[in-house]
This record gives sequence, C-alpha cells and structure tokens, in this order.
Amino acid sequence: MQVYVDGIGILGPGFAGWPASRAVLAGEAPWPGGETEEPSAAILPPNERRRSSALVRWAMHVAEEAIRHADHDPRALATVFASSGGETGVLDQICRSLASPERVLSPTLFHHSVHNAAAGYWGIATGAQHSSTSLSCYDSSFGSGLLEAAAYAEVEQAPVLLVAYDLPPPPSLFPARPLTAGFAVALVLCDRPSRRNLARLKFHLEDVLRDAPDTLADPGIEALRGGNPAARALPLLTAIARRRSSGVRLDYFEEQCLSIEVSPCPP
Amino acid sequence: MVAMTGKIMAPLWISHYTVVTALGRGLDSTFAALRARRSGLRPCDFEDAGLNTYIGRVEGLEDLPITGAELMPFDCRNNRLALLGLRQDGFEEAARAAARRYGAGRIAVILGTSTSGINETEHAYRDRDQDSGVLPAAFLTRYRYTHNTFSLAHFVRSYLGLRGPAAVISTACSSSAKVFASAARFLASGLCDAAIVGGVDSLCLTTLYGFSALDLSSAGPCCPWDEARDGLSLGEAAGFALLERIARTTDSGAVALYGYGESCDGYHMSHPHPEGLGAILAMRGALARAGIKPEAIDYINLHGTATPTNDRVEDLAVNSVFGTATPCSSTKGWTGHTLGAAGITEAVIALLCLTHGFLPETLNTTRPDPALAIRVLIENQERPLGRVLSNIFGFGGNNCSLIFGGL
Repeated sequence: MQVYVDGIGILGPGFAGWPASRAVLAGEAPWPGGETEEPSAAILPPNERRRSSALVRWAMHVAEEAIRHADHDPRALATVFASSGGETGVLDQICRSLASPERVLSPTLFHHSVHNAAAGYWGIATGAQHSSTSLSCYDSSFGSGLLEAAAYAEVEQAPVLLVAYDLPPPPSLFPARPLTAGFAVALVLCDRPSRRNLARLKFHLEDVLRDAPDTLADPGIEALRGGNPAARALPLLTAIARRRSSGVRLDYFEEQCLSIEVSPCPP
Repeated sequence: MVAMTGKIMAPLWISHYTVVTALGRGLDSTFAALRARRSGLRPCDFEDAGLNTYIGRVEGLEDLPITGAELMPFDCRNNRLALLGLRQDGFEEAARAAARRYGAGRIAVILGTSTSGINETEHAYRDRDQDSGVLPAAFLTRYRYTHNTFSLAHFVRSYLGLRGPAAVISTACSSSAKVFASAARFLASGLCDAAIVGGVDSLCLTTLYGFSALDLSSAGPCCPWDEARDGLSLGEAAGFALLERIARTTDSGAVALYGYGESCDGYHMSHPHPEGLGAILAMRGALARAGIKPEAIDYINLHGTATPTNDRVEDLAVNSVFGTATPCSSTKGWTGHTLGAAGITEAVIALLCLTHGFLPETLNTTRPDPALAIRVLIENQERPLGRVLSNIFGFGGNNCSLIFGGL
C-alpha cells in the first residue's frame, strides 16, 4: 500500500504553518517553542466560527492550510478526522449541566458534543459530500487515522484529507487526560503520482505493526510528541521535511509501532 | 452533486454475527421478537431520568460487572454491553478461532460508538468534590478505559488478545455502519485478513436529555412514517460481525456484504439536507459498489427514526433512487434508536431477514403518513430475499448505506 502526500497543515507550540515548521524539522532553524496563537480558521463562515469550539477551529485551520498547500478542491476530497478525546470542552459543560438539579441541557451544546463535530463543520464550510470518517485510537489516533486515510486513497482511488487534532481537556478532566499542549496536523493524501507530490509513503503490510517507535532528538519537540496524540505525527513530518528516504516508526499502542517507508518527491 | 467513485467490490463473507438489544440476547431472541411483533420499548426507567419518553433498555447490565485484574478498569455500562454481545451466538469463540487461523496481528478491530462510556463521567461529575470540583480519583485513572472514544475497541482488542489495526469510528448514528466500509478497505488493501466490526452504544443521561432538549424524543413508543409520528425512542445495543474474504467453502445460507456507500450532506449539524442529497449519494454509492440496479433490492431497512423531518427527507431520498415499489420498513419501533450501534443492529436485522426470508413491518405504525410516498410495510411478510439495503444517517450529515445478500 502506498500513497503520496500533496499538502501539509500544522499548528502547535513553535509550529505555526508548514513553511516555518519544515525548516525547524529539517534542522535549518531552531524550534522556537512558546504558546500557540489562536487559529483564525478563516474557512468557517463568521456565524459558524462564532458557534464553533476551539477544537473545531484548530482542525479547520490546519485542514485549510493543507488544502491550499496541495492546491486541491476541498469538495473533491474524502476526509478522515482523528482525535483521541474529541470535544472534551463541550462534554465537560454537558456533564456539569447533568450534575445540576435542573439538568437543563443546551440543544446546541448537545449537537456540538459529537466526535464528528469538526467533520460536520468542514462539510458546512466547504460543501464536501464525499465520505467522512471520524475516529479515535487514544494515543495512536494519528497512526490509526493515517491507515484509514491511506486505505481509502488506495482502494477508492481518490484523494483524502486527514486531520488529527487534540487539545488539553478543561481543568476537571485534565488529570484524567493530561495533554501538555494543543496540536493539530493535516495531510492531503493522494493515490497517484503528480507534480504536487511532496513525499511517498509506503506501508509494508505483512509487518505493518512492529516494535519500538521513533523518538525525536530535540527534547522540547520530543516532549510535545509525547504530550499530544496528534503530535505523534512529528517523526513522519520530520522525515518529509528532511527530504531523505527513511523508515519511520510511529507508535501504535504501547507495545507496537506503525512502520512507514518515506521517500521524497521528486526523488 | 458529486460523482461517486463506485468501483464494484468483491463481496465479503460475514462468517459470524450477533446482536444484543432490548429485544434480548442473540439472534434467536431477536428474531422471535420480530416475528411476534414484540417491542423492546418501555417507559423510561433509566437511572433517575425524569423524562416522559420510551426507551429500549437492555436488561441485566447492572448485574454483569467486568472482572479480573486486567479487564476491571474497562468496567462501565458500554463495555458490559460489549462483553454481553461478544458472548452471544458463539461470536467470541469464532473470533478466537480466526485469531488462531490468521494470526492475532492480522485481525482488525473496527467498532462504532457515539457516546462510549460517558455514563461514568456523568456519575463522576455528580460525585465530584463540592468545594474543589475535583472528580473522584477512581474515575480519573479509568477515564481512558471507560469514556475515551477508543475504550470500546481497546476493550474488545484486549479481551480477545488481538494485535491488528484498530479504531473506533464515531460519526454519531452512522458509526457502526461505516465500520463495514472501513473494514472492506482494510481487507482490500491487505492491512488485515479478517475484521471484527460492529458497535456498542449504551443509554446515558447525555443522549436522553440531549434529544429531549432538541425536542426530538417522542413521549410514546416511536412510530416511523406514521402521520402521528412525533419523535424517536432511544435504545441501546451491542452487535458484532466477523468479515472475511470469500476463500473458504461457505455453507449454504451464508451471507455477505455486497456494497457500501458513504457521503456527507455538507449542510447542517443536526438537520438533514432538505432534499436528502447526502442520503441519495450514499444509496447510489452502495448500489455502484454492489454492481446492481435499484430494482435488484428486495427490501430496504430504513433509518426511520420517526422524527417528522428525518422520515420526510428519507422518503424523498428513497423515492428518488428506488421509486415507490420497493418494500421498506423501519425497525426502530422494536429496538429504539441505538445511535452509534444502529448500523450494526440494523445490519444484523437485515441478515436475519435474508436468512429467514422475512420482511419486518414498521412496528407501532398504523396510519402511514399520506404525505409520504414510499412503500412502508405495516404488516410482517415472509418471502425469499436476494439483496437488502440498510440506511443509516446521522448528526453532522454523515450517511452510510449497506447492501447485504446471500452468497
């Protein structure tokens, strides 16, 4: 199974967009770290942006960057949205309401609580009508989303937008899921070679899940990788940024990893 | 309207399947209830929810804790229901045998849920420290195993000792229909040799109060397509199916997945597209992958939630693809709307229809809405069926249609 990466969007501490992040990951510039600026999520109509959660805006922001970078029409793409915990901020508000004697639940809050809220907003913003799959695989959500998206591109012979995103949960739920920082990444994956390709990803299926994942040399970036499921994409993004053929091992559950051969395009 | 990439797919053998709903545990009690026109709906008696509505509650989950040092952290209503499902119709044994045959790393686990074990988090907020707001420590360490969206597949993968690709798909009501499409792609691309698909959703205050807040719950048992329909009844369910390539000799009476179609409305978070465009794309996609024309479908199991708008839009969509001759029904009057488990629940009902040559009526419905056009059955029928289609449409405008048939 192989797919091509045509576009990348990225947002997190010290990672504001692909051009600057590529230079950091390629070792051409130091990682600036610091706080992440609130994303503009400009693709959302103003009314929708006002109603949307921060998590939705993070997802929309990187999705739009990846689409622009790849120069694809968003309506032509299927989507895969991967998030470990989804709308934890909305769920916190819902559980708070349900714990009060009145149990008055806002209808808007309820339909914004679904795991596929970001996918719904993407559909409203772009009018995209192809398949959209929202999934979770806890810390392996990026790897699981990548497999889902790659299988879609290969079997349906169609381009896919993959978006992985998680934010630290609100204070009550934070001890249950202590994510250290927000992170979001989007990849446009394509089944065929073209001049838009940035890299080729090859999955060796007989042994796609193996042992011992990669870690990153920079301790700050490595801490980010360990602190947010979406940031588990960083070893893959590093290989793409360095434009060298290399094997990448993304963690997949505690005791396994997802093994990918990454080659630059053009070679 | 976008063009669907509709390659014809190789049918996939559904070698084992099972379901637990308010109708009972396993295939036999489910089919007996369908044939006897016995609904699983009752006035809401879930926890202390003071809501004037009907629910399809699965009996006995309160007395079925998950035990054993390794699995105990997973104990919650949703995973209890999952375990009860795995234990019906020899499904667990079949899954373990498949793991021996193919290798534990070659079996994918792709399951659907909408609310996972949120009921645990609801309890934790109720029991939180009144001064500090801190949630109970016993909850905090178990969040990963109960409420996190992945908990269900994590539990099933751990319980069965599997090491293949895994995911929980959570696209609201379409979750456990879409698992069939994902598994079909994983099998086609060689990522696995067999896949356990299905889904579990359990009753919780979030959905009971949420649908009530949206004014989408009926005060009585739901009656899809009836002129007096006024909303849905919530239910809970667990269902599983084992998908394999058709390589081995199969029994007569074997059933298969022939097609799937997935689409988005791209319209609104909780209202369907007014002309049902997304639903039409999903049905056409499934027909294209099965390589058949609409006339080849002998029965349609409708999404049929019994809300005034959803049924009207689905009626338009089915009419535009199939016309008004194909027999249709919604089985939600039996099970309630089991949300993230509706896909697998109604897939298994479709398989029961195929194997028994049975077309269920639309239970509780006596006066079909004259404003609706499609042919909705209001009496059970028996006759052989070749291909059946199941529709599942969800929040966020996420749609999936599946086609099943005999091998």
